[in-house]
Amino acid sequence: MVTMGNRVAYTLDSTLDSVNKVEQTAEQLAVKVGFPEEDLHKITMSVREAAVNAVLHGNAYDPNKKITVAFETASDSLAITITDQGKGLSEKDVPDPLAEENIMKTSGRGIFLIKAFMDEVNIRDLHPGTEITLVKHKSVPSEDAKES
Amino acid sequence: MSLKSSSRQVDGVTILDLSGRITLGEGSVVLRDTIRELLGKGDKKILLNLGDVTYIDSSGIGELVSAYTAVRKEGGDLKLLNLTKKVHDLLQITKLYTVFDVKDDEAAAIAAYAK
Repeated sequence: MVTMGNRVAYTLDSTLDSVNKVEQTAEQLAVKVGFPEEDLHKITMSVREAAVNAVLHGNAYDPNKKITVAFETASDSLAITITDQGKGLSEKDVPDPLAEENIMKTSGRGIFLIKAFMDEVNIRDLHPGTEITLVKHKSVPSEDAKES
Repeated sequence: MSLKSSSRQVDGVTILDLSGRITLGEGSVVLRDTIRELLGKGDKKILLNLGDVTYIDSSGIGELVSAYTAVRKEGGDLKLLNLTKKVHDLLQITKLYTVFDVKDDEAAAIAAYAK
């Protein structure tokens, strides 16, 4: 684990245990930032999906390949960057899970759900490897909500 | 918390009461094996009670689709009961809500198999 200011980074094996650890850490940090319950679910699920992609689709559970995960907290946001050492992912090659021919497929919804739940998603093909950065901002209560 | 499953029979319908998480790994495997076992015994009217399922990831969604397809392939029917808001929202945004027959009342769900 490497800690610098509000940034903490881990290098982890390509296992499901790592996925669970990443998910738990994301939840702890999201609670610390003060995200509401509904956002906690969106954040933990998105981070889990990204970690699964890195471990399973990226590194293919290869014991010689690692994932790195960096969490950066601010007073009003949480950013998570996950990098794998796999063959790389091109966003344009990810099929649309809402297309009629894909609705009944048993996989292929991870990236879609991440994009639906997070405020910013950036995917970089590292040739080889993939880096995905997810950002969630704390929503500011509206004036009406403050008064009620 | 992993997935726990118990089954009961009501009017020829097998109700699977699930609790915990349906995620990649153990949770998905439990669901897959249970459905396979029921189909092997000839139980083709299956109602998945998801009221105590706290979390489903995309792998879990895929497992629900797989279960639905497997049951239909055997000439049976699989319905969903008692979705939490999280699971309901997930099925909505993935456009699967209209694929599954979703019920929020057990008696009505069982009656629907007879139709």
